[in-house]
Amino acid sequence: MAETAEPLRKTPLHGEHLALGARLVPFAGYEMPVQYETGILGEHLWTRSHAGLFDVSHMGQAALVGPDHETTARALEALVPADILNLKPGQQRYSQLLDEAGGILDDLMVTRPANPLQDGELLLVVNASRKEADYDHIAQRLPPGVELRRFNDRALIALQGPKAETVLARRAPDVAALGFMQAMQTMIAGIPAHVSRSGYTGEDGFELSVPAERAVELWRLLLEDDDAKPVGLGARDSLRLEAGLCLYGHDIDTTTSPVEAGLAWSIQKRRRQEGGFPGAARIQQELKDGPARVRVGLRPEGKAPAREGAPIVAADGREVGRVTSGGFGPSVNGPIAMGYVAREVATPGTGLALTVRGRALPATVVPLPFVPHRYKRG
Amino acid sequence: MAETRYTKDHEYIRIEGDVGVVGITDYAQGQLGDVVYVELPEIGKTVAKGEEAAVVESVKAASEIYAPVSGEVVAINSALEGSPGTVNEDPVGEGWFLKLKIKDKAELEALMTEAQYQDYVRSIS
Repeated sequence: MAETAEPLRKTPLHGEHLALGARLVPFAGYEMPVQYETGILGEHLWTRSHAGLFDVSHMGQAALVGPDHETTARALEALVPADILNLKPGQQRYSQLLDEAGGILDDLMVTRPANPLQDGELLLVVNASRKEADYDHIAQRLPPGVELRRFNDRALIALQGPKAETVLARRAPDVAALGFMQAMQTMIAGIPAHVSRSGYTGEDGFELSVPAERAVELWRLLLEDDDAKPVGLGARDSLRLEAGLCLYGHDIDTTTSPVEAGLAWSIQKRRRQEGGFPGAARIQQELKDGPARVRVGLRPEGKAPAREGAPIVAADGREVGRVTSGGFGPSVNGPIAMGYVAREVATPGTGLALTVRGRALPATVVPLPFVPHRYKRG
Repeated sequence: MAETRYTKDHEYIRIEGDVGVVGITDYAQGQLGDVVYVELPEIGKTVAKGEEAAVVESVKAASEIYAPVSGEVVAINSALEGSPGTVNEDPVGEGWFLKLKIKDKAELEALMTEAQYQDYVRSIS
C-alpha cells in the first residue's frame, strides 16, 4: 500500500470498528475495516444467510438542489444517461457520470426524495475514491439555480442479507413497505434516517443515511440483533463480485462505456432515443450495433483464482482481454472472474483461458451474476 | 525435539534430519485470512533459498511462499488441495506445504530461532 502524506480520514464509526477487533486498512483515503474477527469468508456467508452490517460512510453523499424536479432532473440528465426526469418521488436509480467520449467517470445512485417538501432535490451517492473529482465535475456543469450540496456530516450504513428486512423492521416497521430501489425518510428508534432499499451485495437490503452524530447509536442498536453481524470491505468486495456488480476503477473507468460494461439496462428508453448526455453518439451507436467488446463472467476450472490483470486468451492463443475483477467466490465455493472480451468470444459457454503465473487456466464464459440476485421486487 | 527456524516473510522450516518441513506461521495465516487455494510445486523441483516455492491465496489476494533454504522438494501436502482451510486451522501441523531435502544446512544459521521470531513478531504487531 502506497504511503501518502495525507493522514487517513476516519468515519464516525471508526471507534466501533476498533472495539469490534476489525483489521483496518487504507481505502480511498480512509482507514476502513477490511474484516472483523469473523473473517472475510464467514462475513460473506453470514451476509448471504442472515444480515451483514457495513460502514460505507466513506462514500460521497450529496444533493442537487434546484427550484423544481424538472429543472434539477434536466441538470443531472446532462451528465448521466439515465432517465431522471421520470423518477417518481421515493424512487432510486443507478447511473453513471460520463465523459464526452462516453467513458465512465464514476457510477452513482440517484434518488428523488419521497417527501413533496423536497421537490427539486436529488440525492446522490458516489464512490469514495471519486467523490472530490465527481463534485468538481458536477458543480462546474450545473445551470444557474441548481446547486450541489455535500453532506460531509452524514454517515452511511448498509444492512444486507435475507434477514435485513426483519432486523430493520423490528426498529422501523415502515421500511418493510419499500420495494427494491425505493427510498423514504423515517425514524429508526428515534434516529432520523433516509432509508433506501438497495445495496451492493445482490441481496435484499437497505442503505441508511443518518446524521454522523447518531451513527454509533444506530450501529450499536442494529448489532444488538442476533441476526446482524458487522461485515468489512473484504466481504463487500467478494459479495459484489458474485453479484456481478462493477467496482469503479476496476471493472469500469473512462476506458469503458456503459454498453460495453453491460449496463445498458440502466439507460432508459427515452434517453436512448433522445440522447442529450455526454458521449451519446457513441453509446447510441453501441446500442444499435453492439459494442466491440463486452464485460463477461468467467468461471476458471479447478480451484486457482485468477486476479485482476490476468490476460484472457482465446482458443487460438490470441489475448482477447484482461480480468478486471477476480478471486474466490465463497458462495460459489470456487474461483470467479469478470473481464472484457471481444464480442465474438463473449457468448456463454465459450471456452477461454486465463493466464495465471505463466500457466493457462481453462475458463468458461458464464452469464452474470454468479449468484442470483434476491432483491425485493414490488 | 525438532528444531524450527523462521524467515522474515513468516515461513517456518522444521528440521527433521536432512529434511525441512516448510509452511507458514500462525501469525502469517492470521494476517492472510481465510486460505482458499494453495499452489504447490512438483516433487523433484529444486529451489534456491528465497525463491518462490508455493503460492497461497486468501479471499483477497495471492501471496508467494519462498523457500527458507535451498533444496529439493521431496514431498508436498496434497491434502491442502481439498481443504486449504487447514492452513488457517493448523498452520504448523497438518497445514504444512512441502518438505525440502536441505542442500546446505549452513543456510539454516541465517534464519531466526523460535525466540528471535517471537521477538520479531512482537516488534511488527
